[in-house]
Amino acid sequence: MSAEVADKGESTPARRTRGGREPIYRHPLFIRLSHWLTVLCIAILLMSGLQIFNAHASLYWGNTGNEGDPAIFSIYAEEQLEGPPIGWLQIGKYKFDTTGVLGVFTDTDGFLSGRAFPWWVTLPSSQNLAEGRRWHFFFAWLFVLNGLLYLIYGFVARHFQRDIKPTRAEFRRLGRVILDHLKFKRARGEEAKHYNVLQKVTYILVIFVILPMMIVTGLSMSPGMNSAVPLLPELFGGRQSARTVHFISASLIVIFVIIHIAEVFVAGVFNEMRSMVTGWFAVRPERIDPNRSNR
Amino acid sequence: MTNLITRRATLLGIAGSGLMLSGCEKISQIPGFQGMLESAEHLSRGGQRLVLTSSRPLAREYQRSDITRNFKANGTVRPQTVEYQRLMMTEFNDWQLKIDGLVQNPMEFTLPQLKALPSRTQITRHDCVEGWSAIGQWKGVPLSTILMTARLKPEARYIVFHCADDLENSPDGRGLYYESIDLVDAFHPQTIMAYEMNGQTLPVPHGAPLRLRVERQLGYKMAKYVMRIEAVDNFSGLGLGRGGFWEDRGYEWYAGI
Repeated sequence: MSAEVADKGESTPARRTRGGREPIYRHPLFIRLSHWLTVLCIAILLMSGLQIFNAHASLYWGNTGNEGDPAIFSIYAEEQLEGPPIGWLQIGKYKFDTTGVLGVFTDTDGFLSGRAFPWWVTLPSSQNLAEGRRWHFFFAWLFVLNGLLYLIYGFVARHFQRDIKPTRAEFRRLGRVILDHLKFKRARGEEAKHYNVLQKVTYILVIFVILPMMIVTGLSMSPGMNSAVPLLPELFGGRQSARTVHFISASLIVIFVIIHIAEVFVAGVFNEMRSMVTGWFAVRPERIDPNRSNR
Repeated sequence: MTNLITRRATLLGIAGSGLMLSGCEKISQIPGFQGMLESAEHLSRGGQRLVLTSSRPLAREYQRSDITRNFKANGTVRPQTVEYQRLMMTEFNDWQLKIDGLVQNPMEFTLPQLKALPSRTQITRHDCVEGWSAIGQWKGVPLSTILMTARLKPEARYIVFHCADDLENSPDGRGLYYESIDLVDAFHPQTIMAYEMNGQTLPVPHGAPLRLRVERQLGYKMAKYVMRIEAVDNFSGLGLGRGGFWEDRGYEWYAGI
């Protein structure tokens, strides 16, 4: 990226948009395609995953677990002697009334339903484990193949080494960068031409830890893979633990996506979206223009 | 500003997920789309067979102390068919396992005859497609022993298990349970026709008098109340032609994942 930036930046120093912004070519075509394919895969994997979870809405630790066993996480409906049922979310020994959203909610037909996750976050929206599995495994394969190509590209094109690997100096600025984030301060000038250290650390965690964890824990639930690689489920303390870690990793991805999207809004939604669609990103100048509000 | 951002993001998120959902449901109606989704099953089967056939690895076997106290019986727990009710009343004394289809010697086994054959005992984990797991001990005859006695014809490709339970209580037998596996799984050493569970005669909720154990696949493959074993070269004459009761209702035939 920096090479391209230097090329374009130096050869056309006069190229500025209105407001003195400097356009840079930030995301090459491969990264853009791979990014949007990942967006599609994660959205579908998440929603079909919640459909699959609904077939048995409890999580356990160890190799086994079923109704009657102590669950570390559970969503269920509790029938009442009088009145409508209550939806409960149970985490460890704590219980939360989630009626209307989790456990008990108004279904598409207008009647109350007793599933865990509501129709508007599952794929398909009605209870259908078979179809949920088909969506899940097709997009899991797409996600894995896309991810492999991305990893190969990232190392071969030196995208990881150049753009994502933080330097020692950057780590020393970690405190200030966190402060900037908390103040919703937008990056300007040179600073906006590369990822900040917090971004880098987050991307490394997502790309090299959380997303691979999804795949490994997913495979750990497969009885076929379990006999081929008996170590797989044991890495997590058993098959049901792997299912729990699969759910936790998915939750971490949801948290990442929420923050990621919020940051896009903070940094400027039009500029950020354009850079991930066309590749071009407009760098705001270093000096604050008094005529323009900083919002 | 923060409020605005989160509100805007939430609204967009909800609108987005709603749009996507209705979009997905529409897309899934397009002919050929389901076929595309199902193609992943071939990748999963191909990928797993690549690692599973070369070395024929065994599913993990557990200790007696690992056995689940309350092993859930899923699906049918007490078949309602007249034939099964009669067999159950007489404690399966005149029950017989029929072997036919593409075999050289069509034959029948009584329960004492099966129990006289060499047996295998294994403590394995049962994984249901719904997501739960339980560990149980199973004793039975390796399916390979039965198939070698009946001698498969060379064109035989799948082994079909016809069961006594009708999960839908259908009047015409359209809901009768059946399952099928290929020869790789049929001749796997841990694939047994079990007549004992946890050291006791196989109880009715778990498939008495005889059930299949295919330890490297999900629970719905492991047919209970097996009455007849048939060797075939395709599924066209069976049910809706997809190779099993749940397969006919949308589930994958290969249930290794």
